[in-house]
Amino acid sequence: MKEENDPIRELLERPPVVVNLGLRIFAESLEVQGVDVVHIDWTPPAGGDQEMIDLLDRLL
Amino acid sequence: MATGFTVRPNQYFDSVFLMGVNKRLSATVGVQQSAVLMGSPANKGLLAEIGVGGEGIEAARPNDLIVAVIADTPETVQSVLARLDEWLESDHESGAAPSLHTLAEGLTDRPAANLAVISVPGEYAALEARKAIDAGLHVFLFSSNVSLEDEVDLKRRAAERGLLVMGPDCGTSLIGGVGVGFANAVRRGPIGVVGAAGTGLQEFTCQIHNAGLGISHAIGTGSHDLSQAVGGATTYAALDALAADPGTQVIALVSKPPAPESFRRLLPRLERLGKPVIGCFFGIESSPPSSLVQMVETIDDAVGAAIARIEARGELSPLSLTVEEQARAKLLSGRRAPEQVWLRGVFSGGTFCYQAQQILRARGFQVHSNTPLIPGLALGDPGHSQGHTILDMGDDHFTLARPHPMIDGTLRRQRIQEESRYADLAVLLLDFVLGFNASKDPVAELYEAIVGARRAAETRGGELAVVASVCGTDGDPQDRDLQMRMLTEAGAVVFPSNAQAVLFCAALLDTRQEGP
Repeated sequence: MKEENDPIRELLERPPVVVNLGLRIFAESLEVQGVDVVHIDWTPPAGGDQEMIDLLDRLL
Repeated sequence: MATGFTVRPNQYFDSVFLMGVNKRLSATVGVQQSAVLMGSPANKGLLAEIGVGGEGIEAARPNDLIVAVIADTPETVQSVLARLDEWLESDHESGAAPSLHTLAEGLTDRPAANLAVISVPGEYAALEARKAIDAGLHVFLFSSNVSLEDEVDLKRRAAERGLLVMGPDCGTSLIGGVGVGFANAVRRGPIGVVGAAGTGLQEFTCQIHNAGLGISHAIGTGSHDLSQAVGGATTYAALDALAADPGTQVIALVSKPPAPESFRRLLPRLERLGKPVIGCFFGIESSPPSSLVQMVETIDDAVGAAIARIEARGELSPLSLTVEEQARAKLLSGRRAPEQVWLRGVFSGGTFCYQAQQILRARGFQVHSNTPLIPGLALGDPGHSQGHTILDMGDDHFTLARPHPMIDGTLRRQRIQEESRYADLAVLLLDFVLGFNASKDPVAELYEAIVGARRAAETRGGELAVVASVCGTDGDPQDRDLQMRMLTEAGAVVFPSNAQAVLFCAALLDTRQEGP
């Protein structure tokens, strides 16, 4: 990978922009630190049906 | 006694939010026990344990909310359940922003996003992390209970795209001064650290801050990264990033016990980083000498070594107690009753549990644990201590469907109360972890239990030594000084690091063996 396109280096050089899935407190603590963050009101996919989730997982 | 429950289909809330609701609900007069949780199989098992069941619960799905109440009278049960909307609404943010429900919607809203922070239940975590990686995002994966097979696959996908996967089971990172997960308010500076150890990273970064220096980046890898299966994929990526980072002058690596093969392969890689490296690996007996990699035994020594490198100072003197501390240990030991012989550590930090075992083992103590450094010293039943015991109360055995002790002190409070019933308890060792997302007042949660344990020992004619460490900085939301003062008021001997607290415990026990 060329140095000018190194995503990890970019992550360390600039303030992150965050998508938060799960615990809302994690988004809140990032906001307090001035981070640009969007919280997702996540719910279990496929109503939590494990067989359906496994199927979705295999499709990715 | 009366029991009742209600199931709300398709009302999903995260576990920390529900913990807060349950805490307030359970404080209602007449309520004996309550549970507010989602209908996952593990949670349903927990309800069965407290004797709550029925068709409605059996049929509940993981995105259905279950609220169960055990109270003195049926009227109290009904009145609590009738007020459910009030309990839920009083805690729930009612922001004006429209709700987003999927990662894809989040990315439409924030097209510049480059980091996904994922803390959904473990069974869904790999699926969400794959979506994030495929969308070109780095991932901080807090969720645990992700299979090694999934972890290997996630890290392979990320490596192909030049992305970083911190986790699964990653508690802490500081990316360019931004604390993600359980992290502390730490200033920026020239020391970088990589850690397969959540509280280990917190302890290292706090001590660097408290010494007046700062952290460039602290990159968590997840606790299984140096397992044989994963082979250190994130550790290598993070080390390479710190080696290339112009703001990092010294690199430290703090790790829970790595797989021997991963450790062997890692060492030559550390020597090629081109910057001074300090390694602190728990559970490693010895490592080959290296002029470029300095191996140390405690996090405190890793901090000392890193600072010495920055300040171009000479040899590091290993951590030890001051003369005053030794004298205090001798004084306290002399007040114990003859039957008071055992140390009990009741910890919230997993790395602290390993470090404490390592320090005590090196001083000749045999210590049992639910997360033992040596398999032969595993507790038969984590519910019952045996000889000297140090417990990681954040381990899955204790936290399945219950809040982690760094967020809520209930589990530790109950264990301290249990331990204090025994006349052979000599020393109670505790850790307190401050910072973002941790309990807002961790010492207050255990204050009465500590005072009660000391009083119980006194009633039996002895004196219980309570030894505590506080991991945090002056910038943390909990007010570090206040937390330390409260511990002192409760009768504890307080140290600014876990290693120092453990050394003090060793002195307490040693002095006793030698006689007053």
